[in-house]
Amino acid sequence: MRSADGSRPWTFYFFAGLFTLFVLFLYGPMTVIYILSFQGPQGGMTFPMNGFSFEWFDSLFEQKRVGDIAGSFVRSIELAVVVAVITVVLSVLAGLAFRRRFRGSAFAFYLAIASLIMPGLFVGLGIALTFQMIGWETSWYSSGLGAQLTWTLPFGLLIMFAVLGRFDRSYEEAATDLGATSWQRVREVTLPILLPGIIGVALFGFTLSYDELARTALAAGAKNTLPLEIVAMTTTITSPALYAVGAVTTAVSFVVIITALGSIALVQRRRAQKIGGVE
Amino acid sequence: MAMTDQAADAALAPAAPAHEHEAIEPAGERASWLQVSPLVLVLLLFFGLPMVVVFVVSFFDFERTSIVPAFILDNYIDLFRSEVTLRLYASSLKFAAIVWLVTLVLGFNIAYFLVFHVDSLLVKIGLFLLCTVPFLTSNIIRMISWIPFLGRNGIFNQALMGAGITSQPLEFLLFSDFAVVVAYVHLFTLFMVVPIFNSMARIDPSLLEAARDAGAGRFRVVYEIVLPLSRTGIALGSIFVVTLVMGDSFIVRTMSGGQSASVVSALQNEVAALQYPPAAASAVIMVVIVTLMVAGILRLVDVRKELAR
Repeated sequence: MRSADGSRPWTFYFFAGLFTLFVLFLYGPMTVIYILSFQGPQGGMTFPMNGFSFEWFDSLFEQKRVGDIAGSFVRSIELAVVVAVITVVLSVLAGLAFRRRFRGSAFAFYLAIASLIMPGLFVGLGIALTFQMIGWETSWYSSGLGAQLTWTLPFGLLIMFAVLGRFDRSYEEAATDLGATSWQRVREVTLPILLPGIIGVALFGFTLSYDELARTALAAGAKNTLPLEIVAMTTTITSPALYAVGAVTTAVSFVVIITALGSIALVQRRRAQKIGGVE
Repeated sequence: MAMTDQAADAALAPAAPAHEHEAIEPAGERASWLQVSPLVLVLLLFFGLPMVVVFVVSFFDFERTSIVPAFILDNYIDLFRSEVTLRLYASSLKFAAIVWLVTLVLGFNIAYFLVFHVDSLLVKIGLFLLCTVPFLTSNIIRMISWIPFLGRNGIFNQALMGAGITSQPLEFLLFSDFAVVVAYVHLFTLFMVVPIFNSMARIDPSLLEAARDAGAGRFRVVYEIVLPLSRTGIALGSIFVVTLVMGDSFIVRTMSGGQSASVVSALQNEVAALQYPPAAASAVIMVVIVTLMVAGILRLVDVRKELAR
């Protein structure tokens, strides 16, 4: 909103200032712990930097010093991949279902919303109790997996609603008119058009699982996932090793985010080129 | 780009299926049931059933290490008799109120800036992504990252003393209610920004122009046009923030250094002591309270009706 002469009103600068402060507030502390994770061997939990070293990163691989970081890291990655795959398949399917009217759609929708806003620890408690009553052992790959799905599936479904809300069904009708079978239509028309959205669902599935804490806490069983291991560390470790874990964890998140956004951009550029080529 | 829109829309997706007016056709309905059933099944097994189990167990009796099937109300009676519980609820509600107010003011202003002050679509998307990316990184790490800032010898105190504003380090910064609120605001403001942004993005800018042409001042335009038209986003954001704060145990525990507790962190202690039935009763009461709060918000703003517009 500019004035007639094109100049910005004073409120623009006020809001821009506020926004800058907010971004600093979001990223500042994170940035500081990345710097502090390179603290020298004698360095403490805060500035000044006492030299520069990889000491704290090295310490992550020594089980005796910081607990089972490497093991829990591998478990978390495996779990996140499985959760992402299941979330994509189930929420894309469910999203397609909601394009038609069907009895029970309101039930399915509210079930997902209730699952989304239920305090996470309660879900974990419920799953742990259920397993206990049946007489099964809880573990990260069974009860833990289920607990995380109660969080990622509603998110995936909501994203699919948003994606499908902008989906032009005339493409599908055209495919049918041209003689495509329903399977051909889904594989060659619907899914390719939805691909950027599907990558988005996968990104959310992976990162939400990788960082999940409250739901997994009571349902993970004997072996910890990475976030659980980190929470345990906060009470026992008072060295920059804590920051080193943070730096590694966040680096993984950023690699995943950049890969996902990059592939979405790539898909859309290819598409633009193809359309340009046809015309 | 698609990502951004999805993240924005995710919180606001229309609840109703797109083709409400279409008649139900049996073949299509069967296909829909097939497509939606895997998701519903997983949610029933890992969310529906466990919640029923929690409800049932809340009436059970317990011994040292085991739960005993029974139908007693003691778990609930003990809850309401205990002064500690009431104080926990008061403290959780206090946090929820403070954090709600701060995130609302912040979220509203940030969304307002993005929607009405940033002209270029590309810049808008870029800035929006800048706000949403931290959401996809670990909450615990973002929480931990306040430690070097707020500690006794932390950056904040060093800066204050360096500037000569204080002569001694402030003790209340870390491991206090203040630190808890800072962490909540840091982690949850995004849940306000995204839905409010989405509501505001639907407001026709010519409405604002018309109001200004008619002589309304800047604040009057915000108060009488932008605010009412953003109410769906505000309601959804409030639901997210309130349920997140009320359901939290890890943040309050870590950031208060164990000094403050919440209803849920107390419940976690009971679970650690294997006292499942009282924990279950406490969970049931909490769910009732949170449901009432959400219902109250939905009563003020009919989110479903607004979304269907």
